[in-house]
Amino acid sequence: MSVPLAVPPAASAEEGPLRRLRVLGARVGAMCLVELQKLRRDQTELLTRAIQPALWLLIFGETFTRLRAIPTGSTPYLDFLAPGILAQSALFIAIFYGIQIIWERDAGVLAKLLVTPTPRAALVAGKAFAAGVRALVQALMVLILAAVLGVGLTANPLKLLAMAVVLVLGSAFFCCLSIVIAGIVLSRERLMGIGQAITMPLFFGSNALYPVDLMPSWLQVIGHVNPLSYQVDALRGLLIGTPAHLGLDFAVLAAATAVAVSVASALLGRLAR
Amino acid sequence: MTEPAAVRCAGVSHSFGTTRAVDGVDLEIHPGEVFGLLGPNGAGKTTTLRMITTLLPTAPEEITVFGVDVARRRMAVRRLIGYVPQQLSADAALTGRENVALFARLFDVPRRERAGQVRLALELVGLAGDAGRTAKTYSGGMIRRLELAQALVSSPRLLVLDEPTVGLDPVARSSVWSRIGSIREATGMTVLVTTHYMDEAEQYCDRVALMHAGRIRALGTPAELEAALGPESTLDDVFRAVTGDRLGNEGGIRGVRATRRTARRLG
Repeated sequence: MSVPLAVPPAASAEEGPLRRLRVLGARVGAMCLVELQKLRRDQTELLTRAIQPALWLLIFGETFTRLRAIPTGSTPYLDFLAPGILAQSALFIAIFYGIQIIWERDAGVLAKLLVTPTPRAALVAGKAFAAGVRALVQALMVLILAAVLGVGLTANPLKLLAMAVVLVLGSAFFCCLSIVIAGIVLSRERLMGIGQAITMPLFFGSNALYPVDLMPSWLQVIGHVNPLSYQVDALRGLLIGTPAHLGLDFAVLAAATAVAVSVASALLGRLAR
Repeated sequence: MTEPAAVRCAGVSHSFGTTRAVDGVDLEIHPGEVFGLLGPNGAGKTTTLRMITTLLPTAPEEITVFGVDVARRRMAVRRLIGYVPQQLSADAALTGRENVALFARLFDVPRRERAGQVRLALELVGLAGDAGRTAKTYSGGMIRRLELAQALVSSPRLLVLDEPTVGLDPVARSSVWSRIGSIREATGMTVLVTTHYMDEAEQYCDRVALMHAGRIRALGTPAELEAALGPESTLDDVFRAVTGDRLGNEGGIRGVRATRRTARRLG
C-alpha cells in the first residue's frame, strides 16, 4: 500500500462531545447512503409496499368519506386520513428493521460493523435514520396518490421539510423499538410474530383513523402515550393545516427516539454475543 | 524503542454462563507475522478473536493491540484492526466499490483520500475490474477477496481473519491465501487467522497456537511443533495429539449453522 499503516490515535483525540457528534453524523450519513444505493437498485419493494397504503386510501378512505361515519369537522375524511396512512406506511417499514439486524448478526455483518470505530449508539442511530430515509421515499408515493385523489396537501416547502423530519423521527423511533425487541427475543421468527402483534394495536390505538376524542377512555390513554399519535398530529397539522401541537409533537418524537436509541444501543451487545 | 507486540494476551479468560470458553490464555503475536490460531470447534478460538477485536468485554491490561489496552481504549484499538468474519458478510445488493466505500466512511478515511483508498484496496485483492458489479454476481472466492478489501481500506496494522477459506474450493483457497501473503509483504501488516485446515496453517503461517478446551496447548512455528512430536510428523498429527478423543464433541450449534450457511452461500 502506498499509505502508512494506521497508528493508534492519542487518547485525547477520542474524547469530546464535538468529536462524538461528528462521528454520529458521519455514521448516520454512511448508513443512509447505503440505504439509498440499495433503493436505487431495487425499486420492487417500494412498489409492493405502496399497495397497502394505496388500498387504505382508495377503499377505506373513499368509503368512509361517503359514509360520513367519523366526525372530522370541516376536514373531509380522506384529507384527515391521508397523514395517518403516511405514518402507517412508515411504521410498517420501520417496525421490521429488527429482522434485518438479526439477519446481519447471523451473516457476520453486525460483528464487522461493531469492529469499526463506531459507537453503538451511532450504529443504531445510523440504522434508525436509514429506516427514515426508506420511509421518506415510500412517503413520496403515498403523497402522490393522495394528491391524485384530491387531498388538499400543502405546497409550502418549509412545511414539507418539517413533514420529512417528522416522518424520519417517527420511523427512527419505531426502527429502534424493533431493534429493542430483536435484542430481547434474538430470533427472527419471534420478532416477526411480535412485530405483527404490535403494529395493528399501535395503528388502531392512535389518531391515524379517527380523532382520539372518539375513543373509549381506556383507549384514549393508549392514544396519548402512543408516539404514532404525535407523529400523525404533526403530519396532519403540516400537510392539511388542521390544528396541531407541533412543539409537543416534535418534543415527544425527539425524546422518544433518543430514549429508544439508548435502549437499543444497550441491547446491541446481546445481539453481538 | 522496541515496537510493542501486535497482540498481547495475559491470562485471558471468558465464560458463557457456566461454560469456560477461554481459560487463562497467554499469547504474544509479533508485528508483521502471520499467526494461526488453530483448534477444533468449541476450542475457544473465535471467543479469543472476539475479545481481541473488542466484540466481547475484557478486563483492563488483559489484552493489548500494539500496546493499546482493549478494555480502556476500544475505539483506538478498532482503528488498528481490519476484521473479516467467518460468514460471507459483504452486502450482495451493493457493488464491490460501494461495499468497500462504506467501510472507508466507517473508518473515517478522509473524503479527499477515500476514492483512492477504495481503488487501492480493490486492486490489492484483484477486484478493480469488477468493482462496478453488485456483489451478488461474485463467486465465493471473489466475495472473500471483497471482504479482504473492506478490511484493508483503513490500512489496519492487524488483519484478523476468522476462517477465511471455509467453504471455498482449493483454487479459491489458494487465491485468498496468495492475496493475504502479498498484502502482508507489501504492507508489513500483522495477520491473525483462525483455520481448520492444517495444510494451510503449515504452508502460510509463520507461527501457530493450538487451542483446546479454552487453553493454548502448543505454540511455535509449524516446523517446531512437528519436530517436537517426532520425525515425519505433520501439523495434523500435532492437532490430533493435542485435541485427543474429545475432537468434534464441542462447539455451539450457532457456529455449525454459520459454517453451513457460509458453505451453502458459496455453493
